Amino acid sequence: MSFMGKGTPPVDDPQDILYADRVRVYPKSVHGPVRRFKWAVLIVCLTIYYVLPWVRWNRGIGRPNQAVLLDIFHERFWFFNLEFWPQDIFYLTGLLIMGAVALFLVTSLFGRLWCGYTCPQTVWTDLFMWVEREIEGDRNERMKRDSGPTDFDKIWRKGLKHTVWFAVAFWTGGAWIMYYVDAPTVTVEFWNGTASTPVYLFTALFAATTYLLAGWAREQVCTYMCPWPRFQAAMLDEQSFTVTYEAWRGEPRAQGKRLPGAGGDCVDCGACVTACPTGIDIRDGSQLECINCGLCIDACNHVMERTGRPGWLITWDTLADQAAKAAGTHVPLRLIRPRTITYLSALVLAAAVMIIALALRPGLGLSVQHDRAPLFVTLASGDIRDGYTVKIVNKSPTQAVFEITTQGLYGAMLTEANEQLGPAETLGLPVPGDSVGTFRIMVAGQPAALVDGSQPIDFSLRDTATGEVTVYHSVFMGPVRRR
Amino acid sequence: MPTKIEKDDVTGQMTTGHEWDGLQELNRPLPKWWVYVFMACVAWSMVYFVLYPSFPGITGYFHGVIGYYQRDAVDADVAAIAQQRAGAMDRIKALSFADIRKDPQLLAVAQTAGRITFAENCQPCHGAGGGGNLGFPALAAGNWLWGGKLEDIQQTVTFGIRSGLDDARNSQMPRFGADAILKPAEIQAVADYAASLFDLPSTGTNLAEGKRVFAENCAVCHGDAGQGNREVGAPKLAAKTHLHGDDRAAILAQLNNPRMGVMPNWNARLDAAKIKSVALYVHSLGGGE
Repeated sequence: MSFMGKGTPPVDDPQDILYADRVRVYPKSVHGPVRRFKWAVLIVCLTIYYVLPWVRWNRGIGRPNQAVLLDIFHERFWFFNLEFWPQDIFYLTGLLIMGAVALFLVTSLFGRLWCGYTCPQTVWTDLFMWVEREIEGDRNERMKRDSGPTDFDKIWRKGLKHTVWFAVAFWTGGAWIMYYVDAPTVTVEFWNGTASTPVYLFTALFAATTYLLAGWAREQVCTYMCPWPRFQAAMLDEQSFTVTYEAWRGEPRAQGKRLPGAGGDCVDCGACVTACPTGIDIRDGSQLECINCGLCIDACNHVMERTGRPGWLITWDTLADQAAKAAGTHVPLRLIRPRTITYLSALVLAAAVMIIALALRPGLGLSVQHDRAPLFVTLASGDIRDGYTVKIVNKSPTQAVFEITTQGLYGAMLTEANEQLGPAETLGLPVPGDSVGTFRIMVAGQPAALVDGSQPIDFSLRDTATGEVTVYHSVFMGPVRRR
Repeated sequence: MPTKIEKDDVTGQMTTGHEWDGLQELNRPLPKWWVYVFMACVAWSMVYFVLYPSFPGITGYFHGVIGYYQRDAVDADVAAIAQQRAGAMDRIKALSFADIRKDPQLLAVAQTAGRITFAENCQPCHGAGGGGNLGFPALAAGNWLWGGKLEDIQQTVTFGIRSGLDDARNSQMPRFGADAILKPAEIQAVADYAASLFDLPSTGTNLAEGKRVFAENCAVCHGDAGQGNREVGAPKLAAKTHLHGDDRAAILAQLNNPRMGVMPNWNARLDAAKIKSVALYVHSLGGGE
């Protein structure tokens, strides 16, 4: 038993090879509507990625003027008009849920569009392949040079290719950092050597991963590293509109024969295989490695045009329609199915919850936590006193005074232990700008109805500057009253 | 060991030769780079194996060539943190309470140090958050025996109560019953009177006799109206809560053979900065004056 086999996976090899050499993929360039669309998506995605950190957004004095800034050091996420604090992290959860459900929906409708067009792995691989093609030439030229001797032509072309790859990777890693620190500042600091160590470290890290994943790993990432292809089958069904080979009119393949009626439309030229960025044969049907990019469609259409056969032998279609066409009929595209309805409702629900939560997001942040021990103390006067930890979020850039008071407890008197405020029915609590104020508030009073030792109490907070009010429902505890 | 490697009819792929109750697996060869990455990880782990403590022996273990020892690492971390805190703790020790209060950052350090010190030393008796227990004062309630100002608390924590030190808080309640200072009937009467001071239901006795006994024996420390006296640590009787219980039986027990708790002098265990910190923390629990 050979541990390490050479060559292609052993479909017909009697040897049981457990580890196989990687088969180099040399995708051939194609031209056509699908390729044009893919270029357009690539340009939009990359433009957003590289340009977005440079977009400025005026938020007033003392605040960053970068439109999108994930400021980890100051624990703020700025997104145009929105400002997120660490306690808003659940919006990220909502966003991730929406992302996942949207991915399910799109996949069940149109197959792996994400994989084929917008996944960063695909976009950067496409970019790196374009660089490679511009410098080293198309498929045949590259294959010939790779198998040929190491001469000056090979060295300078390979050298130039890797230099450009490094430059693109470096630019990509640098742009990543700009989402976390002010872009113009960090650019200057990076070059005069005053940027922080993490900036250099992360730029190098993301440059290295970009270079490795887009330049070298490519389809291996999709096939062996990414979990998504492994469970895509669960989202796809016979109604999914995916890249499909029309076997019913393609077969039997008629290599070299061009006589009408002498065989199927497929001339077995292999154009679809050589164009494939993952190196598979779409004519074998939907498979794990297929990222649904459709470049094989453009490749095949050219051949169909030259051989005088009807185009779109490889096309976008559903398995159901293909089966119907094989039988001479036609099944219309069914976009509305139980599966898509489920995904769409989940998406709409998640989006609605997010939008409502965002729209109703209070400018005032108040949280009140009852002490865990002691639950209450009895005072010499017989009054009951409970302790609370009160946190007030001041999102304005200047110090503000917040008035806190309670409802629901007879004769409630509030004191603040550390600031030595009170006792009073209402306390004015100062909170510095852009920060969270933490206070220890004691509430003493005579509880009226302590069912099971507790009764509801509301804390209401008023921003004295804006007049905005928010209420927090809590409990007041005391001894269980003897009956 | 694989025994029956054969071609799968459906896929045309070879099987691995493994079989479990008739289930076989197809051989989809992994890419070689994958196994190289795996081997690199194994090699990397060998570096750790040599550098760090890794292998048990009969009498000890292989210490690793760089001599890393986890206890040393912890000690170094603790020393580094102590170094980092030294400045703040020195300032807490040197500054007055009022000055500490003026510096919010220093106050926050003191509050944190106090909270941790309290949890490690005071909480077993006084309860989490100073909630108190029978016989152990509820610090959060503010019904102080010896005073609730920061300086009072600092004094009490430093020297303790009945700790045997000269500067300790000292007081003694006479054993009116056990030493036969009062007659049993007088004790019953004064117990009724004491109960009336905090509105316990009357047992129908003549309070005048109890009031007389109280004025002659108790008022000198506890005050004419049972308002207590912090100079001598005499509890306020005219309150809804009491150190040793709130019913008539508890009053009788204290009259006959009083319990008098002891608090250790914490200067034997805590440094001045920590005592000040714990005083600030206790003061902030709600009872501070």
